[in-house]
Amino acid sequence: MTQSRGQEGARGNREVPLSARAGVPATARRGLAGETGFPPRDRAEGEGGGVNELVLASFAAASDAHLVCEPRSARFAAFKARFDAHAELKRLETLGFRFLARTDPAFPPLLRAIHDPPPGLFLRGEAEVQLLARPAVAIVGARACSPYGRQISRLLGRELAAAGLVVVSGLARGIDAEAHRGALEAAGTTVAVLGCGIDRDYPAANRELARQVAAIGLVVSEYAPGVEPAPWRFPARNRIVAGLCAATIVVEARERSGALITADFALEEGREVFSVPGEITSALSAGVNALLRLGATPLTCAQDVLESYGIAVHDPPELEVGVPAAGVLERVRDGAAGADELARATGLCAGELAAALTELELAGAVTQEEGVYRACR
Amino acid sequence: MLARSVTHALIGLEPRRVEVEAHIDGGLPGFTIVGLADRACAEAKHRVRSGIGSAQLEWPLKRITVNLAPAGLRKEGSGFDLSIALVVLAASQQLPAERLAEHAAVGELALDGRIRPVRGTFAVAEGARRSGLERILCAPESAFEAELGGIEAVPVRHLAEAVAYLRGELRPPPAEPPNEMPEPDPPDLADVRGQERARRALELAATGGHNLLFAGPPGTGKTMLGRRLPSILPPLEPREALEVMRIHSVAGVLALEQPLITRPPFRAPHHSASTAAIVGGGSGPRPGEASLAHRGVLLLDELPEFQRPALEALRQPLEDGTISIARAAGQALFPARFQLVATMNLCPCAGRGDPAAVCSCSPQRLAAFRDKLSRALLDRFDLVVTVPRSRAEELAAGPSESSAPVRERVAAGRLRLSCALPARTVEADELLSRAVERLPLSGRGRARVARVARTAAALAGADVVLPEHVAEALAYRSPKELAA
Repeated sequence: MTQSRGQEGARGNREVPLSARAGVPATARRGLAGETGFPPRDRAEGEGGGVNELVLASFAAASDAHLVCEPRSARFAAFKARFDAHAELKRLETLGFRFLARTDPAFPPLLRAIHDPPPGLFLRGEAEVQLLARPAVAIVGARACSPYGRQISRLLGRELAAAGLVVVSGLARGIDAEAHRGALEAAGTTVAVLGCGIDRDYPAANRELARQVAAIGLVVSEYAPGVEPAPWRFPARNRIVAGLCAATIVVEARERSGALITADFALEEGREVFSVPGEITSALSAGVNALLRLGATPLTCAQDVLESYGIAVHDPPELEVGVPAAGVLERVRDGAAGADELARATGLCAGELAAALTELELAGAVTQEEGVYRACR
Repeated sequence: MLARSVTHALIGLEPRRVEVEAHIDGGLPGFTIVGLADRACAEAKHRVRSGIGSAQLEWPLKRITVNLAPAGLRKEGSGFDLSIALVVLAASQQLPAERLAEHAAVGELALDGRIRPVRGTFAVAEGARRSGLERILCAPESAFEAELGGIEAVPVRHLAEAVAYLRGELRPPPAEPPNEMPEPDPPDLADVRGQERARRALELAATGGHNLLFAGPPGTGKTMLGRRLPSILPPLEPREALEVMRIHSVAGVLALEQPLITRPPFRAPHHSASTAAIVGGGSGPRPGEASLAHRGVLLLDELPEFQRPALEALRQPLEDGTISIARAAGQALFPARFQLVATMNLCPCAGRGDPAAVCSCSPQRLAAFRDKLSRALLDRFDLVVTVPRSRAEELAAGPSESSAPVRERVAAGRLRLSCALPARTVEADELLSRAVERLPLSGRGRARVARVARTAAALAGADVVLPEHVAEALAYRSPKELAA
């Protein structure tokens, strides 16, 4: 653990392979470029009970390397000879974690199909591992996002989870956290993929969120307990986020954002990429708009995604609100506005308007942030 | 040769009876003051000696001992000067001691014998009345203040005048009420363009006495709005006015030419204020800004910039309207039933909520900013209004409603609330329960919403709380961006 800056420094150039990106330590580069071959897809499934994979994951954690298959080094041989897999499994169990090896039949097939799947996944949470094989969608985006991005992320998380999709994200601040929260709100299933050891909550601010995710879904990581968060682990984490899902949604991203790395991984594996259009003048939207220019599917509502999954779309029920509230909603749909602007546009007095807006908020038709009201659908 | 007079020392706002005794004896000439006098009080001996000399009276060249009893009570300040001078003169038989015993006296002596007003005269006069004294000698500037304490004041400009009065040679004119200088009007709501929601919140706050928090980017008029709350508050009741006066008198902030307070006080301490400055303190406890704002408005501009201990100390007065301060010199209980108005930005760089700016705060900085305001404190704001930046057309609009009609509505609403508290209809109750389920509202949050809904109903002239009143009240709940 030479450097754990505690920053998700996914600023790497996207054209450069992960192995050659700045910030990736020499050991990890060697693991990627030197000692990797193709992952052993030919091996019979379930062979060895996943012990080999656990050795690999533990060795990767001990040597800070990114490993796809067993290296042919003396160091690894020594490590393997010393490694007590049963003791390790017992330790994981007492810590409350599970290990799902790549060779396990329950390992999500979509993730196994990417070109460098992890040796296995460490799991935290009560849910069945079959959860990971269910149709899933990734929602990713900027950590420092706008109120608009936060709202969209939460909305998509909620609606997609309500429709039965598993919402996968990275537990980061901003868009990621909101996507998880949205899914939790809808009592849906959500999976958080960590860029650090499975025992760590990073960022610490989302500890409570991680607990909630683990209670209803799963928190997963390719890293053994004790591995520190480090800048080069987050792009690697992103490949798992994209790998678990048939589609990836980018909600808000700057021009050089980690979320675009996730989108790249998704494209490389031939998965669908949705991009939420943003204001062309906003730096926070530069990345998503660039994706659109490259051919990503523009996302205008949750139905766009559901259709691509072949999930039947039914229209939301009509809102039952009073006359003043209906008038206010019409105005809010024309664009986000503050209370005073709405009062002028609708001719309502401040008290009536406040009542109408609360009615709409309770009906889930508008949300308020920083004094500005926005329509939800 | 012994003489005695009664005056009062202040512990907090409470007057405590103090007997000032002088004993003159043979021996080497000297002057000693005993009885736990603080520095300002002990220095009285120099002022008294010069004052007596300047009044063309005789300084007894004997051994003089002045005792301030009870000796265990700490005496502060220069208000004992006049009493000390008079007992020394009575003990040296320059004025009749029995006549002095009927009078209380309070005032500081100048070196030329003039009498200066001191802080706390009102409370001392009240104490004198309770001790059964008939009259109080004091500086003419504080005579009216003393009379409000319920005792006849004898305004004396000079020590010589006081002596002449006590000898029965002179009858000073009775205390005249000071010139009725109209209090300067507080800033008017007409200056505020637009801001309908914030105005409405002010009106609700004024009617129901709710605490109010304005959050938003800089330059949106949060402070301007807060400063205009006093303009729509009804004047103080006479009983309230006396309470306020007592505090202001003790703190020494009472305007001498305008001792009678009719408007609710308005205090806006700077955010560098210490805990003691806000809630009161000092070795002989003095009231702080929170008590000075009793029955009025305490404006805390830039709330998160205040020291956290100072803010946390406000929780007690916000709950029960009093501050109790215990110090070595004694315990003091100050009333502090104020209405809290606060303003804050949404983040330390002040970029949040401003469409023209980008917030550059790191998550750590943002978290530290929010940590400054405890949940418990935010919970005490019944009304939270996020003030977004106004559009140009709003600022260009004509003048808005002035304070006078709003004040009338507030008075009518208050009257209605004081008669009978409107009850919630079944529908209103249902809406409230539904909101508690859907929104992150705590038990205290629910009670808060119910209170504001009651105020909204009273302002609307309704006899019961309807769902629309609950809905409006819900719009002023604490937004999630302020929650940690």
